Amino acid sequence: MSQDQNDALPLVVGLTAVLVLFSLYAVFIFAPTERVMGHVQRIFYYHVASAWVGFLAFLVACASGLLYLAKRSPRWDRVTAASVEIGLLFSTIALVEGSLWARPVWNTWWTWDPRLTTTLVMCLYYATTLMLRRLGGSEERNARVGAVLSIVGFVNVPIVFLAIRMWRTIHPAVLTTSGFAVAPRMLVALLASLLAFTALYVCLMWTRIRVARLEHDVSALRHRITATRP
Amino acid sequence: MIGPLPQSQQSEWAIETHDLCKSFGHVSALQDITLRVPCGALVTVLGPNAAGKTTLLRVLATLTRPSTGRVLLQGLEVQGHDAALCNLIGWVGEQTLLYGHLSPQENLRFYGRMYGVDDLDTWIHALLNRLGVGERQEDPLHTLSRGMQQRVAIARAILHRPPLLLLDEPYSSLDRHGAAILSSLLGQLRDAGHTVLMTTHDLARASELGGEVLILLDGRLVQRLDPQRTADDLRAAYDRCTGERR
Amino acid sequence: MSYWRSVAAIVAKDVLAEARSREALSAMLLFALMVAVTFNLALELRIDNVLQIAPGLIWVAFVFAGVLGLNRSFAAEQDRACIEGLMLAPVDRSAIYIAKCISNTLFMLTAEALFLPVFSVLFRVPVGSPALWLVVFLGTVGFASAGTLFAAVAMNSRAREILLPLLLLPIVVPVLTAATRSTAQVLEGQTLAAYAPWLRLLLAFDIISVVIAVLTFEYVIEE
Repeated sequence: MSQDQNDALPLVVGLTAVLVLFSLYAVFIFAPTERVMGHVQRIFYYHVASAWVGFLAFLVACASGLLYLAKRSPRWDRVTAASVEIGLLFSTIALVEGSLWARPVWNTWWTWDPRLTTTLVMCLYYATTLMLRRLGGSEERNARVGAVLSIVGFVNVPIVFLAIRMWRTIHPAVLTTSGFAVAPRMLVALLASLLAFTALYVCLMWTRIRVARLEHDVSALRHRITATRP
Repeated sequence: MIGPLPQSQQSEWAIETHDLCKSFGHVSALQDITLRVPCGALVTVLGPNAAGKTTLLRVLATLTRPSTGRVLLQGLEVQGHDAALCNLIGWVGEQTLLYGHLSPQENLRFYGRMYGVDDLDTWIHALLNRLGVGERQEDPLHTLSRGMQQRVAIARAILHRPPLLLLDEPYSSLDRHGAAILSSLLGQLRDAGHTVLMTTHDLARASELGGEVLILLDGRLVQRLDPQRTADDLRAAYDRCTGERR
Repeated sequence: MSYWRSVAAIVAKDVLAEARSREALSAMLLFALMVAVTFNLALELRIDNVLQIAPGLIWVAFVFAGVLGLNRSFAAEQDRACIEGLMLAPVDRSAIYIAKCISNTLFMLTAEALFLPVFSVLFRVPVGSPALWLVVFLGTVGFASAGTLFAAVAMNSRAREILLPLLLLPIVVPVLTAATRSTAQVLEGQTLAAYAPWLRLLLAFDIISVVIAVLTFEYVIEE
């Protein structure tokens, strides 16, 4: 437990705080106001950043799932579980942000647009994998199955990403074949928010994995105590 | 009817374990089990409920992976799934592993094909008759009584003539006639060179069968009794072991 | 060759067991029909707009019935712990997957083959074209190949009935999309060139799905 006191987490948190503050400045002050939609367009920066963190988290979960199957170390299972949780959180946040933005712009909270639908479906999938862990079963089996589910589940990400190309959709496309379809100052704000949220992801992962490890240690201790009680 | 085992399958020890441990989460089911069973032996594992008998047998049958420690069967190390190991093992567990809608004959034909058994139909016929299921061998399994189903399960276990038989409480749900058939069958298998490891909580049964006895308590191997002991010795040893626990 | 002998043995066993009990097939067929009828009542289907709704309706019926069949397939192996019998057999775990995938596909196709003529009569939609059956075949293989893997995952769990659809449906979104779109195009009488891209997508999905499932099945089937 003492290893936690000397590690770099406080530094990372500090750096994240700086990046977030910078992104707040970039999004609300530096970036120009959009001509048609006005200030509400500023949700865009964090909306894209949230979606990005979701995809990144599921990619990390896929990779750590493969590592778990290769190495069978519980550490990789903790990474998978944490990454799926955080990915689900940020994907849900992206859906909510999108909804908040959609209301004034498309005049509806929700539409069965392919990108929204596939994102929702992806969230349901990962939520189910988390639910599976709580349904009992041995730790080892949950880890093994969780690894396979996060490996296979990653197929959701390209599906969501390519939803725009596969179906006709009203969802705007930022990344087109001719580069970013966004003005230069807005690009800065976008990159700032992407960076800030990525740092936030790292912080949350670090903390979550540590908590998982501590939970495991506590439950082992608790068991040892109750087992030796006369 | 049970011919002798082919010579190539003989190696010194049928079963070896080294510091075998198994835990389910934080609950330890087996601790530091080190044992050796010579080929051709009949070994009975005794112990009260939750002693770890079933867990031990399942680990030996490769149905469950050990948490730590090594297991060797006929000199082959158990590491993951291996076809050569599967051919060595015959398993009878709490469940029969048989399909309810199929007849005993069809069930055995299926398993025979999975194990690549030759001369299948004659052998199945002979086995089912030997186990006293001859008359019902074409009826759907779920119409047979539990005792009859258990007999078919025993047939399934020895169908591919495995050198090593792992039987978890095989006498449970067998009536007196079925038990007599099983005992005589086990005797024949021993004579043919098969190794049998069996669990039971029935001391009388362990005495009657002879062979070495291992006593398991709270996941640990606490006593070994050689085949020469008497029934009284066995009872005394067992009571001593289980009494010490309190 | 013992690998394929084992696969054939398991498929034969599944077919024999199903022929005896007919539980899965009748459940799937009846459920599919029930879905179609319920949708008709709920959506107030008039015959003139049926071609718009028919592709979606057909595939929803197949998906729900398919989930039922998949669950039953592994529930049958859990009964009396038969799955342990398969695990003890001297054959690679992937053979169990391939065999189960084949049986599940067979049963789904049979149920679909019985469902479509009835659907055709009830809703006056023509189902005779070979192109339609090709789409049905490719879509079913895609669904069953992913479904068999997830059914094995859900098999050991208490909440198996809800877990399987929740895990499976997100993954088969490409199958559903390609299948419904191409079904619509076939029913409208469009040319092969029009729906060939969807067929290619289905084929690609089928192949990738089987490959990934074969590689990962051993990890989910163990205790």
